[in-house]
Amino acid sequence: MNDIALILPEVSLLALACVVLLVDAFAGKRSPELTFWAAVLSCVIVLAEVARFVPEAAMFGFSGTLRIDVLGVVLKTFVLVLVLLSFFYAREYFSKRPGEIRGEYYPLALFATLGMMILISASSLLTVYLGLELLSLSLYSLVALQRNSVVASEAAMKYFVLGALASGLLLYGMSILYGVAGTLDLSELLVKVANLESQRLLLTFGLVFLVVGIGFKLGVVPFHMWVPDVYQGAATPVTQFIGTAPKLAAFGMTMRLLVDGLEGLAEQWQQMLIILSVLSMGLGNLLAISQRNFKRMLAYSTIAHMGFMLLGLISASANGYAASMFYITLYALMSMGAFGSIILLCSAQSEGDQLSDLAGLGKRSPWFAFILLILMFSMAGVPPFGGFWAKWSVLKEVVAADYVWLAGVAVLFSLIGAYYYLRVIKIMYFDEPESPYPVTGSADLRFLLSVNGLLVLLLGLMPGGLMAICQAAAIPYSP
Amino acid sequence: MWLPIMGGLWVIFAGSRVRDRAVKQDAFFISLLTFAVSLLLYRYFDPTTAEMQFVERSEWIAAYKIYYHLGIDGIALPLILLTTFTTVLVILAGWRSVEDRSHLYMGAFLILEGLMNAVFSALDAMLFYVFWEAMLIPMFLIIGIWGGPRRVYATIKFFLYTFLGSVCMLVALLYLYTQAGSFALRDMYEAVLTLNEQRWIFVAFLLAFAVKVPMWPVHTWLPDAHVEAPTGGSVVLAAVMLKMGGYGFLRFSLPITPDAAASLGWLMIALSLIAVVYIGFVALAQQDMKKLIAYSSISHMGFVTLGFFMVFQIYGATGNWHDAAMGMEGAIVQMISHGFISGAMFLCVGVLYDRMHSRMIQDYGGVANTMPKFAAFFLLFSMANAGLPATSGFVGEFMVILSSFKANVWYAFLAATTLILGAAYTLWMYKRVAFGEIRNPHVAELTDINGRETLILATLAVAVLALGIWPAPLLDTMHVSVDHLLQQVAQSKTSIEAY
Repeated sequence: MNDIALILPEVSLLALACVVLLVDAFAGKRSPELTFWAAVLSCVIVLAEVARFVPEAAMFGFSGTLRIDVLGVVLKTFVLVLVLLSFFYAREYFSKRPGEIRGEYYPLALFATLGMMILISASSLLTVYLGLELLSLSLYSLVALQRNSVVASEAAMKYFVLGALASGLLLYGMSILYGVAGTLDLSELLVKVANLESQRLLLTFGLVFLVVGIGFKLGVVPFHMWVPDVYQGAATPVTQFIGTAPKLAAFGMTMRLLVDGLEGLAEQWQQMLIILSVLSMGLGNLLAISQRNFKRMLAYSTIAHMGFMLLGLISASANGYAASMFYITLYALMSMGAFGSIILLCSAQSEGDQLSDLAGLGKRSPWFAFILLILMFSMAGVPPFGGFWAKWSVLKEVVAADYVWLAGVAVLFSLIGAYYYLRVIKIMYFDEPESPYPVTGSADLRFLLSVNGLLVLLLGLMPGGLMAICQAAAIPYSP
Repeated sequence: MWLPIMGGLWVIFAGSRVRDRAVKQDAFFISLLTFAVSLLLYRYFDPTTAEMQFVERSEWIAAYKIYYHLGIDGIALPLILLTTFTTVLVILAGWRSVEDRSHLYMGAFLILEGLMNAVFSALDAMLFYVFWEAMLIPMFLIIGIWGGPRRVYATIKFFLYTFLGSVCMLVALLYLYTQAGSFALRDMYEAVLTLNEQRWIFVAFLLAFAVKVPMWPVHTWLPDAHVEAPTGGSVVLAAVMLKMGGYGFLRFSLPITPDAAASLGWLMIALSLIAVVYIGFVALAQQDMKKLIAYSSISHMGFVTLGFFMVFQIYGATGNWHDAAMGMEGAIVQMISHGFISGAMFLCVGVLYDRMHSRMIQDYGGVANTMPKFAAFFLLFSMANAGLPATSGFVGEFMVILSSFKANVWYAFLAATTLILGAAYTLWMYKRVAFGEIRNPHVAELTDINGRETLILATLAVAVLALGIWPAPLLDTMHVSVDHLLQQVAQSKTSIEAY
C-alpha cells in the first residue's frame, strides 16, 4: 500500500476543511446552515474512509513517520463520531444564541480534528509535535472566537501562554531524546532505549519533559491551570468540543510517546503517572465541591477523571491500556451530554451555566432532568450506568498490577467526587424551581440529548461490546 | 425480578398522563402480582437441598467472564418473600399520603423492589454489586423528594455512607477476581487465600455490610435517614434494606473469608453487643418516635450479627455445629421478624403522622381513647418489638440468646438485657403515646384508622403472630442451606504454608 493511500483520510480532511472555509467565507452570511452541512458531510466522508481500512498489523508510511494500526483506527473513529456529535450540539447553540459565534467554528474545528488524527497516527517525534501544534493552535482560536467576551479572551490568552510553554518543554524533551538515541522515529527509539542501559538517567531526564507535555494536554495536576478558565470562559459548544474529542487524541499521544516509543522506560513513567494521577484525583475532586458554575465544576471533574484514566496506564499492560481507552471514551460521551444539557439550558439572554439554573429541573422538565441524572450518576461511577464500568475496568487493572493501595486511594477520591455530582441531582430534584417554565429546545436537540443520555445507560447495562473493541485495539501491546 | 422494574418504568412513563388514582391502582396490581409470583417460588422450592434453585445463567460481559447468573437458596427465599410482601404494603400505605408526583413515587418503589430481589438472588459478584449500588438511586430520590424537612442532609449522608462501604467492597471483589479468576461466587468460595489477605478482604466487606446493617459505630446515617424518609421509605429501609447487610455477611464474608471471620469474630461480637446494649440505652432517651424505632432497629440488628459471628465460638466451646446452626438460624429468623415488626412500627407512626404531622412523643397522649382499633394494633407490634413470647420477635431473640449461652455466659447476659431495655423503651413510648389524659386538643380530633389501614396492619399482625407461634415452615426452608453454609465456613481456606 503506498503512502498516499495510508494518509488518505487526513488528506481529504485537509481538502474538505479548506472547502468548508471557502463555503463559509462566500455563503456563510446568507445561509449559515450551509457551512454546518458542509462540515458534517466532510466528517462523514472522512469517517467512512477511516473505517474502511482496518490493518491487520501496524503499517508504516512516509519513511516511518506515520503509523496506521487498529488502535489508531479505533481512536480516529471515536474522535470523528464525537466531533460530529459536537457539531450538531453547536448548531443548536448558534440558533439559540445568534451573534455569539459565526461559522468560523466549523472550519477551525475541522482543522483541530485534522491535528488530532495526525497526532493519533504519529510514529515520529516530529509528527507528534506537528499534530499537537495544529490541534492546539486551532483550539486557541476557537476559545478566542467570542471576541466581545472578556472572559473568553482571558481564557484564550491563558491557554495560549501556558500551551506555548508546555509545547516548548515537550520540544526540549524531544531534543534530549534525539540527542541520546539519535533518532526521531518512535519504533526505532523503542529498540534504542532497550539497548541504552548506560544512558538511562539522561533518557529519564528527557522523559520528564515529555510527561509534562502530555500532562498539559490531558490537563492533569499540576499542569491543569488552564482547564477551569478555558472551560468556563469559552462558549459552551467550544468547551464541549475541547472537553471531548481532544481528550481521546491526548490519550493517543500518550500511547504513542510512552508506550510505542518509550515502553523501555515504563518503570520510570509509571512512577510519574502515579503522582500525577493521585494529585489530579485529589485536587480535582476537592475543588469541584465549592464551584457554583456548572462548567467550572465540570472542568474540575475533568481533571479528576483524567487522573483516574491515567491509573489504567500505570499497570503498563495491554488490558490496562484497553481499560484507559474504555474510560476516556465513556468520559467523552458523558461530558458531551453534560455540556449538551447546558446548551439546552442556555437562552438568548444567558449562557445557562450556573448551577442555580438547574433548580427544580425535575419538575420543569422531568425527562431532561432524568437524562442529566443518568449522566451525573454515571460520572460519579454508580452502576448501572456506563461510568461505573469505566471506573471498574481501570480499577481492576490497578488491582491486578498489585497496586491495591492505589485502588483504595482512587475509590476514596471518587467518594468525594460523588458528593458534588449528588449536589447537582439535589438541585434538580429537591430544590424549588426559580421559574416554573419548562426548558425549551428544538426537537433535534431534545432527540440528541436523549440519545446521548440513553447511550450512557445502555453502555452501563451492556458494556461488553465497547470493552471488546478497546481490548481488540490493545491486543498488539500484549507481550 | 424484572416484573417490578418494568412495571415501575411503565408506571413512571404512563403516570405523567393518567390520573393519580389509576397510577396507584396499577402499582398496587403490579406489586401484588410480584408477590404472587414469589409465593409460587416458595410453593415449588425444594427445601431438602442446599443447591441453588431456579437458576438462570447467561453471558453478560464476555470479555471479563461476567455472567448474568441468578438463583436462590433457603436463605434468599424468605428474604425475597419479605421484600415482595413489604412492597405491597408500602404501596398501599402511600395511597393517600403521597400526592406530589405520585407516579414517580410508586415507580421508584417498584424499581427498588426489583433491585432488592435481584440482590438476594445474584450469584455473580459483579451482578450483585451492580444491583446493590443501583438500589441506592431510587432510595436516594425517595428520601430526597418526599422526605421531611432535613431530607437533603439525610439523603446525602445516607448515600455517601453506603457508597463508602460499597467502594471498599468493590476493591475487595476486584482483588478476589485476580485471585479466583472469575466473578462467580462459587469460584470465589473455592479460592485459596492466606489469612492476611482474608483479613483485608473481610475488613473491606465489613465496611460495606456494617454500614448497611448498620452496626455500631457506622450507624449514624440510619436515624437521620429513617426520620426524614417518608413512611414507605422508612418501612423499606428498615424491613428490607437493613437485611441486605446481614445477607451480605452470609453470602460473602463468612464463606469467602472463613478464617478471617473466625479470627476477627471477637471484634464482631463486641460490636454487636455494643449495638445491642448501648443503642438500647440511646433509644430509651429518644423523643421522636421514628428515631426511637430506628435505634431499636440498630439494636435488634445487633442480635443478627451476634448470631452470625458467634458460630465460631460456639463451635470452639462445644465442638458441635448443630448448636452453631441454631444461633445462625435464630439470627435469620430475627432478620425476617424484624422486617415485619419494624415495618409495622414505622407504618403505625406513619398513620399517626398522616393525621397529626408530628412525630414527637410529647405531642401525643391518650391516643387509645380516640383511636381504639389503632391502639390495639400498635400495642401488639410494640409487644413484638419488645420480644414478647408468641410474637415473631421472641423466636429469633430466644434462639440467639440460647445459643449464646454455649459460647459464653456473659454474651448471653448482655444480649438478654435487650429484653429489658427493649421492653422499657418500647412500652414506655407506647404508654406516653397511647395512654393517659388527652392533653393535646388535636389528639381529641383524631379519627380511627380506615379500612385500608386496618387491612395493612392486620396483615402484618397475622404475619407477626404466625411467625411467633409456628416458625417451623421458615426454619425448614432454610435449615439445609444454613447447614451447607456452615460446612463451607468450617473449612479453612488457607493453604498450609501460609502460616
